[in-house]
Amino acid sequence: MSTLSEAWTYLTTAENWTGANGITTPTFDGGWRFAQDSIIALTLEHLWMSFAAVALAVVVALPLGVFLGHVRKGGAVTVVTSNVSRAVPTLALLTLFAASAIGFGNNAVILAAAIFAFPPILSNAFTGMADVDPDIREAALGQGMTRFQVATRVELPLAVPLIAAGLRTAAVQTVATVPLAALVAGGGMGVIINTGLATQRYGQVLAGAVLVAAVALLTDAVMSRIQHAATATPLREAAAARA
Amino acid sequence: MDAPDNPWLSLDYLERNWGEVSEQLVIHTTLTLQALAIAFAIAFPLAVIARRAPRLSSPIMGVSGVLYTIPSFALFGLLAPFTGIGRTTVLIGLVAYALLVLVRNIVVGLQGVDRDVTDAARGMGYTPMRLLLQVELPNALPSIIAGLRIAAVSTVALVTVGVVVGYGGLGQLMFRGLQSDYRAQIMTATLLCLALALVLDLLLALAGRLAMPWARRRTAA
Repeated sequence: MSTLSEAWTYLTTAENWTGANGITTPTFDGGWRFAQDSIIALTLEHLWMSFAAVALAVVVALPLGVFLGHVRKGGAVTVVTSNVSRAVPTLALLTLFAASAIGFGNNAVILAAAIFAFPPILSNAFTGMADVDPDIREAALGQGMTRFQVATRVELPLAVPLIAAGLRTAAVQTVATVPLAALVAGGGMGVIINTGLATQRYGQVLAGAVLVAAVALLTDAVMSRIQHAATATPLREAAAARA
Repeated sequence: MDAPDNPWLSLDYLERNWGEVSEQLVIHTTLTLQALAIAFAIAFPLAVIARRAPRLSSPIMGVSGVLYTIPSFALFGLLAPFTGIGRTTVLIGLVAYALLVLVRNIVVGLQGVDRDVTDAARGMGYTPMRLLLQVELPNALPSIIAGLRIAAVSTVALVTVGVVVGYGGLGQLMFRGLQSDYRAQIMTATLLCLALALVLDLLLALAGRLAMPWARRRTAA
C-alpha cells in the first residue's frame, strides 16, 4: 500500500514535474539539455527522441518500400528484415552502440530505435503497393498513364491505409523502446524508472511506469486516429466488410 | 599510452568465463520456455472462449492488446514494487507479452477451420470437447505454430530487458559488459541471443512439420 501512496505523492509534488531548477539545464558548452529531474522535461525529451527515430526510419524505409512494392521485387528481403529484427534484442543493439564508436547518449538511442522502426514501415509500404489489384494497374496503364503516374496517383493512395498502419506500429514500438535509453545513459522517461530503482524508491518506479504506459497508450490512440483519417471511406467500408 | 586491446570477438573471453556464460544461457533458455508454456496454457482457453462466445472476444483481445502496448521497461517497473526483483517479475512480464501473439494466432487458426468440416464432425456425434481436440485443433495447428514461433523469438529478445530488475539472462552480460566497456562480453551475449532465437524457431518449425504430416504431403504433391 505504501508504494501506491508514495507513487501518488511523487506524482502530486509540483517540483517533480517542473524540476528543482526548471525544465532545462545549462551545459558546459553554453547550450542546454532537458533537466533529468523533471517529468515535463523527460516527457518532452522522450517524445522528441521517438519522433526523431520514427522520422529517420520513415525517410529511409518509406521511399524504399514504395519503390520495391511498385516494381514488386524484394518481397523476400522485407520479410527477412522484419523477422531478423524481431530476434535482435534492443538492449543488445544499445549496448553494442554504446561500446562502439557511436557512443553513449540520446543519438545512439535514436539510431537504435530507428533501426527497429524500419521493418514495419518497410514491409507495410511494400505490401500496400504490391497488393494493389493488378486489374487496377492494367486499367491505369491502359488509359495512358506513365509508370510514375500509376505509382503516385493509383497505387500510393490505395496503399496509404497500410502505410499508416505500419507507421502506427513503428511509432508505438519506438515510444516503448526509448525508455531503455536510461540504461545507456540516455534521457527520456525511462530515467524516472531507472532512478527510482537505483534509489529503491519504488513509488517513483511505479509512477514512472504508469506515465510511460500512458504515453504509449496515448500514442497508440493518436496514431489510430491518424490511420483512420488516412483511410478513404470506401476502403474503410471494404475492410469492415472483409473482417 | 596505448589503449588496451578490446576486441569484439574473443575466444579467450569464452574460455575464461564459460561457467558464467553458460549459467546465464541456461537461465535465458529456461525463462523463455517457461514463459511460453505458461502463456500458451493461458492463451489456449482464452482463445477457445473468444471463439465460442463472440461477445467475450473483443474484451479478451482488447485487454491483451493493451498489455502488449505497455512498454516492457515500464511493465517490469510496474511489477517490481509488488513482485520484487528477480525471476517472477520477469516471468510475468514475458507471459503478458507472449499472450497477445498467441491468443490472436489461435483465434485466427480456429476461425479458419472450414465450417463444413466442423458441421460434419458435429453430425457424426462429436462432443464439443472431442470436436475441439480432434478436429479444430489439428486444423488450426499451422496458425498456432506460427504464433508460437513469433512468440518464442520475441520472448528471447525480451528477456534481456529483465536487467531492469536484475534478472535479464544474457542481457545481464550485455549490461555488465557495457559498464566495464568489455566488448567481447556484449558481443558474445548478443550472438548467443540470436542463436537461441534461431534454434527455438527451427525446433518449433520442425515440431510443426512432425505434428502435421498431412501438410508435408500436400506441399509435396
